[in-house]
Amino acid sequence: MRFTLNGKSRNVEAPPMKRLLDVLREDCGLTGTKEGCGEGECGACTVLLDGLAVNSCLVPFAQIRGSSVTTIEGLRGDHPLQHAFLVEGGAQCGICTPGMILAAAALPRGATRAEIRAGLAGNICRCTGYTAIYRAVESAAAGRPRRRRRN
Amino acid sequence: RNTIALIELDQPCLAEREIRHFAEPILLLAHEDRERLLDAERGVTIEYRPSEPVYDPERSPQCFKEIVIEKGEIARGFAEADRIVEGEYRAGHQEQLYIEPNGVIALPENGGVTVYGSLQCPYYVHRALRVLLGLPEDRVRVVQTETGGGFGGKEEYPSMIAGHAAILALKSGRPVKLVYDRLEDMVATTKRHPAVIRHRTGVKRDGRLTAIEIDVLMDGGAYMTLSPVVLSRGVIHATGPYRCDHVRVHGRVVMTNTPPNGAFRGFGAPQTQFAAEVHMERIAEALGMDPVRLRETNAFRPGDTTATGQVLGNDCSAVKVLRDAVKRSGFRQKHRAWRGTNRGIGLSLFFHGSGFTGGGEVKLASKASLELTERGARILVASTEIGQGTRTMHAQIVADTLGIPYENVEVEAVDTARVPDSGPTVASRTCMVVGKILERCAREIREKLGKTTPRDYLAKNGSLVVTKEYAGPDGLYWDDDTYRGDAYGAFGWGCDVVEVEKDPITFEIRPTRVTTVQDIGRAIHPILASGQIEGGTAQGIGYALLEEVSLRDGRMANAQLTNYIVPTTLDTPAIDVTILENPYEYGPFGAKGVGEMPIDGPAPAVVNAIRNLGIDIREIPATPERILKASSSKSVA
Repeated sequence: MRFTLNGKSRNVEAPPMKRLLDVLREDCGLTGTKEGCGEGECGACTVLLDGLAVNSCLVPFAQIRGSSVTTIEGLRGDHPLQHAFLVEGGAQCGICTPGMILAAAALPRGATRAEIRAGLAGNICRCTGYTAIYRAVESAAAGRPRRRRRN
Repeated sequence: RNTIALIELDQPCLAEREIRHFAEPILLLAHEDRERLLDAERGVTIEYRPSEPVYDPERSPQCFKEIVIEKGEIARGFAEADRIVEGEYRAGHQEQLYIEPNGVIALPENGGVTVYGSLQCPYYVHRALRVLLGLPEDRVRVVQTETGGGFGGKEEYPSMIAGHAAILALKSGRPVKLVYDRLEDMVATTKRHPAVIRHRTGVKRDGRLTAIEIDVLMDGGAYMTLSPVVLSRGVIHATGPYRCDHVRVHGRVVMTNTPPNGAFRGFGAPQTQFAAEVHMERIAEALGMDPVRLRETNAFRPGDTTATGQVLGNDCSAVKVLRDAVKRSGFRQKHRAWRGTNRGIGLSLFFHGSGFTGGGEVKLASKASLELTERGARILVASTEIGQGTRTMHAQIVADTLGIPYENVEVEAVDTARVPDSGPTVASRTCMVVGKILERCAREIREKLGKTTPRDYLAKNGSLVVTKEYAGPDGLYWDDDTYRGDAYGAFGWGCDVVEVEKDPITFEIRPTRVTTVQDIGRAIHPILASGQIEGGTAQGIGYALLEEVSLRDGRMANAQLTNYIVPTTLDTPAIDVTILENPYEYGPFGAKGVGEMPIDGPAPAVVNAIRNLGIDIREIPATPERILKASSSKSVA
């Protein structure tokens, strides 16, 4: 079945009812998408499906025919949100971080603190208490922080 | 030997004749195809002969540990009192709920077994596997993989599943992967001990405490696991950070037919300090006294002695954190002004000992190594990174001591074949205790180097690895038989002020703001240290209001994220953190522990804010059902 994965057209054979989460991890080898609960509550498996943040544990593979899927690997490590999470302490153990960053990437431009809170309400972080995550999302939106110097 | 070795050898790896709780492992099945594995499960029938289970700790036939702390003469203390205030407080289970469930991979290797896993304490697993499989030390290797959260939940439980995976791997001669799904993780793994805590306190009219008598009962679950040490930390912190000449604390942790409870951030102290701080609020109410003044009157000062007789040093900041939090939050004004409205404000004052309790650190005799590299140094410790910043913080301590850039310090992977046993990653000890050993290693390397560069030194002398063992501050004394002496090298100090709103229709309590001031000696990395405080505070808010484990016939009935509710963004209030730095002489750069203390304060502060609403709550979580019930009975005077 054909779909766009991280900007590239892919043809992947997998059972139609297989969870998108498992297709990504097992058939595509992209393990940046995490499983936290398998019931759509924790958001660790969040990916962007045609620009919308969805829980990939609840999406059957059949449903993504012709769609565009973005996983954390699609941000290639140099997205402003990734830098901001690093600098502001938005990630601690890191297991929720891929999903959290993709959910944050789907927020409207110039989102207020209240909108950020509402927009990330489907992503559970057990480490940070969310405060540093808000700081990271806001600083990425404001064009901060500066990129880290490479060695 | 069929056991999961920890404090005792009482817990079998696989049940033989008796099962003590419904989630107890009995047999193992493995298959490379998950679907076929599930089919095979249907082919297994087990016949049970039931006996009468015990779910109520008050009726337990078996006590795992009993501790008595005595200071002064309790009868004299009560004789000196003008008022006696009594109360009973209850706290339920709490699930750690790391987002990555417990999981391991075992490989038959090198005539033994290698286990990769999401875990906190590689040498706990190493020892458990050696005892279970009867293998010599060098035939067992444990490697920590990147770990998606722990909070104590990956302290002792990984030994269990590592044992299961290792047995299967050795039996089949193939790698075996065992990862719990969320339901399995929630029903089977350890949780925070539920506790019933009774206080009886003698107090003078002016607020001075004359006698503190406390009874602590914890539910240990079916096997001992770490319960004796959880109880120990619980009873030592049970008085809260208050001075009193006459103290008696009696604690018990008992067996019930429920899955074993174990380590969870705070380790007994959140339960007992919840009780202590709600009780303090009730004493203030009984005396008609300002709750801040009551706490100021009794809070520990440098030179005071704790319940175990430990004399507090100049790093005691109880009064300082209290005054600072009260001022920053505008507590007094809001406390008066909000009476009779749907808004409430409450506070809690708390402390937390860093490192293992009593003689624990001496017994552990942790070792850390530092290896000189051409660019700088490589850290070799078994202390794990589980999101709290171990690697960053250790590298900072080493870089600053060596006087080299942070980038020039590497951290070796946590692998028992390569790193010494620096002890478990628990008890807020990774910075203060292990960091200090690394500082000493770095100082020795610096002396050896003198003005030579690492490259020249290595060219001339070959390799250089410095290994140091824990050495406590001089004069630290502890007697485990009498429970007298220095319970911890140092205590951290904290004060939380929580503001809440009550929904008058649904009876939900919404926290709106937390102001917290915590003295942790020195923040090695302020962003990471604040992250510990913010995250621990959020978990404490969950403990106070949302997180309820419903047991039905000894089995968790809500083992899903759908109905075991942890704080989301919408449940977590703004958290305003202030770190005070009153350095501890024997910590690296003055640092004490920070990981656990933040979870001690929120529950009592939330409940005291609910009291400010006129609602008498003595049990957590304070769910809407409990708020409704307490609202319809008599309210706070």
